[in-house]
Amino acid sequence: MCRLFALTSDEPLSPMRAIEALEVMREGHDGSGVGLFLSDLGGPFEELKGSPILSGIFTNEGLKRLDHFMMNIGFITKYKMSIKVPKNPPPGVPKRDTYLIRAYELPETWENLSQDEINLKLMLTRLQLRQMGEEAEDMIVYSFWPDVIMIKEIGDPLSVGEYLQLDRKELKARIVLAQGRQNTNYAINLYACHPFFIQGIASMTNGENTAFVPIKEYLMSRGFPGYIGYNSDSEVFTHILHYSMNRLGLGIESYKHIITPLQDSDLESHPNGGFLKQLKHACRRLIIDGPNCVIGCLPDKSLFMVQDRKKLRPGVVGGRPGLYAFSSEMCGLDAAIPERDKSADFQPMHLDTVVVTPDRQEFQIWSQMEALPLQA
Amino acid sequence: MVSNGSITPSSLSVKDLTWQIHWDKERCTLCGRCTAVCPVHAIELGVFRKRTVEIPSLSGLGVSPAQSNVFKVFHGVRQRTDPAYACVGCASCSLVCPNDCIMPVRTDEADKLRFHINRGGQPRRRGGRRNAIDGAAGGVLDRIKFVRISMLTDPALDAGRHEFELRTLLGRVLPPEETVTLYREQGWIPPVREIYPLIIGSMSFGALSPNMWEGLQMGVAYLNEELKMPVRVATGEGGCPPRLLRSRFLKYVILQIASGYFGWDEIIHALPEMKEDPCAIEIKYGQGAKPGDGGLLMWYKVNKLIAAIRGVPTGVSLPSPPTHQTKYSIEEAVAKMIQSMYMAWGFRVPVYPKISGTSTALAVLNNLTRNPYAAGLAVDGEDGGTGAAYNVSMDHMGHPIASNLRDCYLNLVRVGKQNEIPLFAGGGIGKHGNLAANAAALIMLGASGVQIGKYIMQAAAGCLGSESDRCNICNIGLCPKGITSQDARLYRRLDPEKVAERVVDVFLSFDTELKKIVAPLGRSTSLPIGMSDALAINDYNAAERLQIKYVV
Repeated sequence: MCRLFALTSDEPLSPMRAIEALEVMREGHDGSGVGLFLSDLGGPFEELKGSPILSGIFTNEGLKRLDHFMMNIGFITKYKMSIKVPKNPPPGVPKRDTYLIRAYELPETWENLSQDEINLKLMLTRLQLRQMGEEAEDMIVYSFWPDVIMIKEIGDPLSVGEYLQLDRKELKARIVLAQGRQNTNYAINLYACHPFFIQGIASMTNGENTAFVPIKEYLMSRGFPGYIGYNSDSEVFTHILHYSMNRLGLGIESYKHIITPLQDSDLESHPNGGFLKQLKHACRRLIIDGPNCVIGCLPDKSLFMVQDRKKLRPGVVGGRPGLYAFSSEMCGLDAAIPERDKSADFQPMHLDTVVVTPDRQEFQIWSQMEALPLQA
Repeated sequence: MVSNGSITPSSLSVKDLTWQIHWDKERCTLCGRCTAVCPVHAIELGVFRKRTVEIPSLSGLGVSPAQSNVFKVFHGVRQRTDPAYACVGCASCSLVCPNDCIMPVRTDEADKLRFHINRGGQPRRRGGRRNAIDGAAGGVLDRIKFVRISMLTDPALDAGRHEFELRTLLGRVLPPEETVTLYREQGWIPPVREIYPLIIGSMSFGALSPNMWEGLQMGVAYLNEELKMPVRVATGEGGCPPRLLRSRFLKYVILQIASGYFGWDEIIHALPEMKEDPCAIEIKYGQGAKPGDGGLLMWYKVNKLIAAIRGVPTGVSLPSPPTHQTKYSIEEAVAKMIQSMYMAWGFRVPVYPKISGTSTALAVLNNLTRNPYAAGLAVDGEDGGTGAAYNVSMDHMGHPIASNLRDCYLNLVRVGKQNEIPLFAGGGIGKHGNLAANAAALIMLGASGVQIGKYIMQAAAGCLGSESDRCNICNIGLCPKGITSQDARLYRRLDPEKVAERVVDVFLSFDTELKKIVAPLGRSTSLPIGMSDALAINDYNAAERLQIKYVV
């Protein structure tokens, strides 16, 4: 089973904090890989809020092709973080030429575009790079988005973190999502490693998604170019959230109503029963049916956690004002925030959505049985 | 053959018949029940002559005056060999025999009867099933296995104790974007019914006896009202009894309109008095048992009651035309008909077409995707059964359901409408007894639900039909079980209460079996429609065709 750990903090933290928590939960993962999502960045990236950051792994040849490609579009490198790794990687970690984290200035030709158009173009650029990289096997691209850094590598999380020197002072973030282990059912592939990302939305998941194939088919037939990939059955959780927010204009409080809708008898007495019933019908193909704990980050930098309908996976939220952590197991939370009030920890159940908004003063709990917030 | 008999081309011996009556003289009490019960008069009282040789006693050495040849007459059962009276193998004789001394046995070679049941130039017509004996392994549906078992990557679910919601939708579902907008703007959202995925398919009042119909309706009402299972039953083309039209139970009924429009005068007139809307309207364009041919109710079955409900004279055959009279083109006619039916109930009732399995199903489906009112599509495969049809239609026309349904579903996936137009599959589901496995396979191939006809006749009423041409006399109203008869002397054999009990048994056991299939696949909160990654078959070509896994 995977281990998941997420932090949201007023003070920018090193991603090693999250990796150390994964290390504590080590019994439960096989150390076959690690994935990191960093946002609300500190350090030098703090000043680069509007500039998209490209994260990925490149061969020397790939890097040349990248530079050529980006230059042609009109992207100018604004800042880059060089990760110089020791000559010999730890056991199980492949030797790579370049781990790239590079911020770009938007092309001048994009100046008059609306934010939506820019968002679409950024995503299409990432997809194009991904496709180029898959053809020549020289680039792996995780994200290309302002204020987002992603790092994924095969190997034991702690060894990878130390090998990449992730404790460096320029790499700090207020939001860190970390996942340990490659996925279970599909080939070892860096694109199958959580967290997954699309247009500002990231999520990672515990457990298997048994309804994967029909959901994947449904998303792929939506006609949205970003709904591709699916090297892992968990990628659909990210895309369903994206679909509900960007295409349906719904908030996070509706997410659980889409992936694990209430039963009909409960809908009858629900204050928003009429709407939720229609939503359940229309989004029937997006119902997840596996045992899953989903932890994710929204474009507004809120963190959330939801559970499957039967609450078959562990998951706990705890912390103090200014610092909250979402963890798949209690021991990870204990290691990361030992000083918190443990009696206030919360384990979301089958109806709950837990959210920590960017003010980080408390965690909010929404039950599916409650009325939805008023729609604008 | 007696000496003064004649031999004509159609003179057959018992050996030439499909079914031969084995009768045991030693155990027969000559009670006559078998000859009385035989629906086709295949057996009659036989008077046989018998010679025995009696050796005279040695009462002296002189020649005995007594004959050693003794001729006696005895009585028993004789099987008729006239093709018009050929045994159909129903075994009603065995059912009534107090001494188990009589039984029809299938011939050991291909019968000769088949070449002679067209006398008068009338090809064979019959009811029943396609009589296709698949190999020992069964048909494609029987060979599909569910291979994606959750254990360690996922905990398997508990079929007995976990919460399940195995419901399906019947009705046009709009894309999520449109639904959200229309709900906010209070626009018209097409009606959608949440129903149980196993539907009792269309069998008309007329094809079925009143007792059978009543039993089905009672069973369905019990399932809904006492067990909270939203099971639906379709009427077929023959209207609906007036009292049912005006009762609250109408909401469990899918009314069918077909090319003969039988019964619709009555339905239209009942409209203002309806307390509930029907579940849905099914427009029949074709059926699996006799694709491209209309319904057929033969005159034997058109009694006063049937005639009244259908609005026709008694004692005439009622062949529906193969096509709807108003039909000019698919675009114009189907859309028009769907819309008129919507209008009749104020746009509150889903309306969907039913077609027979055909290689042109995709053309129909593509048309429906562009029709915002079409509430679904039912496809009835070649293995569908019927009350009456020409033998040639039943045996040779139509398309197997598995690949037809799969093509339709994958086409919907290509255009992104797999959630918008539910597909319902029928035709041979459970024909070898594997109802839940067949239904689950079709659902995972892409069906939103399945329709059953023959299965429920067999399981709920004891229909005698088999896949080897047994009985099959539904068309002439002589059903020995009273299921498809309109003769009160026959249908009083069928107790509606018992039929209702069996309907409930069937659905409850099906429900448990369906859970036993989906729970180990890790599915419980939604019906696994299109979950083809769980399916596999040990036939490479079938696997390729259906786009599922090949396993050996």
